[in-house]
Amino acid sequence: MYQYDQIDQQLVDQRVAQYRDQTRRFLAGEISEDDFKSLRLRNGLYIQKHAPMLRISVPYGLLSSRQVRMFARIARVYDNGYGDFTTRQNLQFNWPKLEQVPDILALLASVEMHAIQTSGNCIRNVTADHLSGIAPGESEDPRPWGEYNRQWATLHPEFSYLPRKFKFAVTGSPQDRAASKVHDVGLHLVRNAQGEVGFEVLVGGGLGRMPMIGHVIREFLPKHELFGYLEAILRVYNLEGRRDNIHKARIKVLVKSVGPQKFREMVEAEWQASRDFAPTHDAAAFARIAAFFTPPAYESLRDEDVLSGKPTEFRNWYQRNTKRHKIAGYRAVFLSLKSPQRPPGDITEAEMDRVADLADQYSLGQIRSTHDQNLIFADVRQRDLFALWQSLKALDLATPNIGTLTDMICCPGLDFCSLANATSIPIAKQINERFDDIDYLYDLGDIELKMSGCMNACGHHHVGHIGILGVDKGGEEWYQITLGGSASGPDAALGQVIGPSVAHAEVAETIDRILNVYIAERDEGERFLDTFRRIGIKPFKARVYAPTHQAA
Amino acid sequence: MRQLIKQRELVVDDWRYAGEDPIGRERALILPFARWKEERERWWLWDGRLGVRIGPTDPVAALEHDFLRIGLVAIEFGGLSEGRGYSQARLLRKRYKFTGELRAVGNIQRDQLFFMARCGFDAFELPESANVEEAIAAFDDFSVAYQDSTDTGLHLQRRAV
Repeated sequence: MYQYDQIDQQLVDQRVAQYRDQTRRFLAGEISEDDFKSLRLRNGLYIQKHAPMLRISVPYGLLSSRQVRMFARIARVYDNGYGDFTTRQNLQFNWPKLEQVPDILALLASVEMHAIQTSGNCIRNVTADHLSGIAPGESEDPRPWGEYNRQWATLHPEFSYLPRKFKFAVTGSPQDRAASKVHDVGLHLVRNAQGEVGFEVLVGGGLGRMPMIGHVIREFLPKHELFGYLEAILRVYNLEGRRDNIHKARIKVLVKSVGPQKFREMVEAEWQASRDFAPTHDAAAFARIAAFFTPPAYESLRDEDVLSGKPTEFRNWYQRNTKRHKIAGYRAVFLSLKSPQRPPGDITEAEMDRVADLADQYSLGQIRSTHDQNLIFADVRQRDLFALWQSLKALDLATPNIGTLTDMICCPGLDFCSLANATSIPIAKQINERFDDIDYLYDLGDIELKMSGCMNACGHHHVGHIGILGVDKGGEEWYQITLGGSASGPDAALGQVIGPSVAHAEVAETIDRILNVYIAERDEGERFLDTFRRIGIKPFKARVYAPTHQAA
Repeated sequence: MRQLIKQRELVVDDWRYAGEDPIGRERALILPFARWKEERERWWLWDGRLGVRIGPTDPVAALEHDFLRIGLVAIEFGGLSEGRGYSQARLLRKRYKFTGELRAVGNIQRDQLFFMARCGFDAFELPESANVEEAIAAFDDFSVAYQDSTDTGLHLQRRAV
């Protein structure tokens, strides 16, 4: 993986010193609460319900075991002993003390990490396909471009005070496991008719109050033009995006108001007009970055039968929690952070230490975070799977539910977040208790359930096959259900609201009714999403809102 | 007295804004953008130096044919949430090759100065309450950067992406 050189390290160290001084000035009363807010937010520090929340950048979701050990140490010393992986592959601590944050950042800098631009109205951490570099059928590994993007975006002089936050996702695979169509800019590495690899560029996707699927504004951008073109997009947005209303300030609103075609023309015009001062592609700098992502020295192995004679539990885990690797004899292993008692995405300091050890032992010392709040060991030899499974099981990280109903995305909700209207972690618990029969979950197959505690949509509910949104009705928690959304590739769509929201206690029952419709209506082997798209929302609506005695 | 930082030093501002009295020995006057557009012909022949003060929504392209006459552009910032001025500055320096004084004015703060300087600002008019020494130190917050920039006297060890 990428390693800092002297310049990278110096920049991060200087950022720590700058932030330390900003904190000092705030604590000394030299800067106002409001001004400090703007400064701390650019460094990932929110003030939440109980305490500050610190969001740490995990560029394109890639971590070394050394970095995960540092997370564990920080959780132990500065937090309440755990962290939470987010839908943008980052890690959040929920209990740091404001005056200790500079010390935490210094520790992070010592392992080549930072919290730069993990919040605030600037370019955020770039996310990427969590199977980058190992998935069969990828046009190119997107991570070198992720790192190149990280460097270009870090403390960008022109684009650090944008109308609103700005998120990139980059993928090299048609499956689009990075939800790139719901990002401000999605970058797809694609191959053109001449066999060259370049970027398909999407703009204007996003969730929140005004969910939208991004529009392709350039079908093929030669790679060396990337940053010139991105700067044109950002300059148009920086100058034309709305700043009068925080809810209308994202680029998606600008794209919608002028129309994708007109927006494309504005970008092309800006791009052409700035050619003589746009950033030029530095082939040597890129080659230096790319060299860190060349495939590791895999052993030459054969695919083997790892299932024969093994317990059902292991076979289930193999089926659900491991994925094909492009190299024979290897598998990618998902560590489920979705066991029934665990708030989705949470991991304790002791677990993090063990995960780091296991990564060293079984997966070349690297760990990936996924946008659905799990972890991955990307390069596990098939012959090691059984031993690894036993270790993960002991750690409660082998729940064989990846891709099933209980592998749900869930925001921190009202338990932690000062924006939330309703809790989401207790709903996750309710669903886990109701759907605790693994065979039933397998029978249901691939279902994406995504849940947010408010319309800011951190839990991506709009793009869940089943989405749950917490709303406040006269001080009570209610939940609005959407069906048919998806964030991935050709499936990408926004869900439709099924009808009036349901009470807190009724959520799992409602999900159950929805699933019963699916089971009754599905064709052989048909996914929930496909059944929904075939039969529409009506039958689901009829069952969900039927009087109880009829619905059973 | 107005606090103006140039070349990392606090200097006396020899420019006056329209409406300020007296116009000063230097005969250097900064007009609001709207007034410049309206009275351009009249001011063109005036014997003093001229500057224009633009707000966040004023298009810098509208000044394209004026740079022979204008020696200063002042760009307004309304606080940390206002970021259009960075693009306006970069366009002035890079697209229109403006070489006069580029001044940041308004509710500007220490922590913006590094970004501003890299976008081509070379004069910073701070609010009266500002701590000038701390502001000047801000130019040294970073000695490295990833992006190419307008050279404004910062000593950066660059890695241009």
